[in-house]
Amino acid sequence: MKTIRLIVTVCILLFPAFVLSQVPYKRILNAASEPGNWLTYSGNYQGHRFSPLTEITPQNVVRLKPAWVYQIGARSRFETSPLVVDGIMYITEPPTKVTALDLRTGRPLWTWQRAMPLVVRTIGFGPTNRGVAILDDTLYVGTLDCHLVALDAKSGAARWETKVGDNMTGHSITAAPLAIDGKIIVGISGGEAGIRGFLDAYDAKTGKLAWRLWTIPGPGEPGHDTWHGDSWKTGGAPTWVTGSYDPKLNLIYWGTGNPGPDWNGDARPGDNLYSCSLLAVDAATGRIKWYFQFTPHDVHDWDATEIPVLLDASIGGRARKLVAMANRNAFYYLFDRETGEFIVGTPYAKQTWAKGLDARGRPIVLPNTEPTVEGNLVWPSLQGATNWFSPSYSPNSKLFYVAVREMGAYYYKGEAEYKPGTFFAGGGERALAGDQAYGAIRALEVETGKMKWEFRLQSPPWAGVLATAGGLVFSGSDEGNFYALDAMTGKPLWDFQTGGPMAANPISFLIDGKQHIAMAAGHALFVFGLR
Amino acid sequence: MKFYLLVSALLTAAAISTGESIPQDQIQKLTANDLASGKRIFVGQCALCHGIGGTGGRGPALDRPDLPRAANNQSLFNIIKNGIPETEMPEAWQRTDREIWQVAGYVRSLGRTAVSKLPGDPAKGRQIYDSKGGCAVCHIIGGRGGSFGPALSEIGARRSAAHLREALIDPGGSVPEGFMVVSVVTRDGHRFRAMRLNEDSFTIQLRDASNKFHSFRKLDLTEVNKEPGVSTMPSYRDALSASEIDDLVAYLAGLRGGK
Repeated sequence: MKTIRLIVTVCILLFPAFVLSQVPYKRILNAASEPGNWLTYSGNYQGHRFSPLTEITPQNVVRLKPAWVYQIGARSRFETSPLVVDGIMYITEPPTKVTALDLRTGRPLWTWQRAMPLVVRTIGFGPTNRGVAILDDTLYVGTLDCHLVALDAKSGAARWETKVGDNMTGHSITAAPLAIDGKIIVGISGGEAGIRGFLDAYDAKTGKLAWRLWTIPGPGEPGHDTWHGDSWKTGGAPTWVTGSYDPKLNLIYWGTGNPGPDWNGDARPGDNLYSCSLLAVDAATGRIKWYFQFTPHDVHDWDATEIPVLLDASIGGRARKLVAMANRNAFYYLFDRETGEFIVGTPYAKQTWAKGLDARGRPIVLPNTEPTVEGNLVWPSLQGATNWFSPSYSPNSKLFYVAVREMGAYYYKGEAEYKPGTFFAGGGERALAGDQAYGAIRALEVETGKMKWEFRLQSPPWAGVLATAGGLVFSGSDEGNFYALDAMTGKPLWDFQTGGPMAANPISFLIDGKQHIAMAAGHALFVFGLR
Repeated sequence: MKFYLLVSALLTAAAISTGESIPQDQIQKLTANDLASGKRIFVGQCALCHGIGGTGGRGPALDRPDLPRAANNQSLFNIIKNGIPETEMPEAWQRTDREIWQVAGYVRSLGRTAVSKLPGDPAKGRQIYDSKGGCAVCHIIGGRGGSFGPALSEIGARRSAAHLREALIDPGGSVPEGFMVVSVVTRDGHRFRAMRLNEDSFTIQLRDASNKFHSFRKLDLTEVNKEPGVSTMPSYRDALSASEIDDLVAYLAGLRGGK
């Protein structure tokens, strides 16, 4: 007995990881206290995508150079948002592959690849993945064929997997899961395939379903009467981008996607709750505490899956807990995140579909803005004034930075027939491309949504934004430029041609005490530092 | 000879063993109703990415005579049926072969003009092209000519006769991609007016009237003025008679590159 005790003691002394988990919930909770790492999709639970690091500044950013580049083998879009934990970077590669990289060199340490069936249905999006979550010693990844898999963070060995949805009916996962205390929150894709959307919570240790929130209420539930007939069964409202979390209120903030079929709303008269909405969800039970629907009865594919940004500010002289969202429908919104009270809503990009918002934030929709058989020109395009790529909030500048797509489109209405596992869209668009469209990074005052500055881009972007305490804003263009702007003025200070379009989010972290920035571009991950 | 027969037999056996078959091209047999069905399926299933009318969007534009992944109609059929691995192009497992041919036929109709009877004389048009029109100074046909303007070897398959006529009379009305006129001024006061080859948020690349290449960083420029609707090509409205324009259009419309 004494011998066994001795062995256990020696093991604990030599291998403390056996008893202390590497990334307990409290580390993610206090992510701001360890800016050298990047522990959750948006950098913190508040959805800020903000780095407290200050080494790289407007004065020295001109010295930023590539430190290393990691190239992937896949041809699909590389949309990863990496995590950085104690000297290791965890990325996802398409279609569903997780790779651990040596943070110093970019050399792979291990890879895990999901064995895929012959047919994997990704309807309305590409075979991609946007990142992992970490909790304790485990990584969590959603697979393209709609499973949640738990991987040992040290070795990449699979610990368990659980089926989230049926890929044959168009269910899939591309979003990074969100790890909170003991639970893994998973969003679903499939809004163009006529799925019935949901948000799931799984037990982090076992993979057992803790709760499921259907984003379309079933018969007898409040909101069910906003659907006609059986249209709720194929009504969409997926949850395909990672949400945010307020640990004190124990509320998850998660956006929902468009109702289906996308551009033909004839079979689904009504508001179609809870499509195109922000849901404040009790993390313990999965029940909706409050909701706000941005685009009732949407017919333009304006998902509300943009990142909810949690921030505290003074409104009318009163300190408020707030949640902000720059929505795909071209309006910026601000709410009280405890009660859901609508505070501000104002356009941040060109829009031609609403006269404005009423006192409760409901859009006053202009006539003749629905898709037609002949085509109807409306701003923004179906990709929206912004999309899944992340905005950023800097508590230093108090500005909300958003990558904006200034693009209109002719919307067409077509027939929509539901066949499981196929497009259920009912039309499409012809976008005004080339020089008729452009992009921008815009800095908005959080309290009002008023634009403080903008930096114009050659074309509408697909890349997220990172603000840093050093006073910079980083983002990428569709033409391969990765660049830094002055966070206070928008002045361009540095740019680098990566050679590939960017459809990903930047992050910042430390390598051996030095600040670095990472960004996926084309089919490679670039890491930059001062040289 | 025996060796070639052996290779041929082995290749055939390999094709059979992999189960691949080359479908017979059905596009020529499609009726107007088939194309209408193809269009209906396209609007419902394809336009989300390829745009209504195949003008492009998240997926590539399909309204062009040549599709890089589908050199022939069988390739186009196979792509629609099986999708393209590792891309957003899914397989059309729910569609019958007939429906796939209907879609393929509709897609081909988007990028290739139909052959039509035109009033002009193509032989006379060719003479005008080479002599009075001076077109070969700037355009390549069949390997001959200058490279300042777009190559025209397949222009008849790409553009309708009406479009060609309009382009001769009002060239600024439809400036092709890569030929937009841009004028820039450098910080030291030099002005360049040239065609834009490419542009991003930080740089611009130009080709001037002497076909010389220029690269600028935008921070080094005080002005960047785009001139949409302006073409470097002269209008032939007054330079050629109506019948000469008919002849030239007939010549250009016949340049189909075998399509």
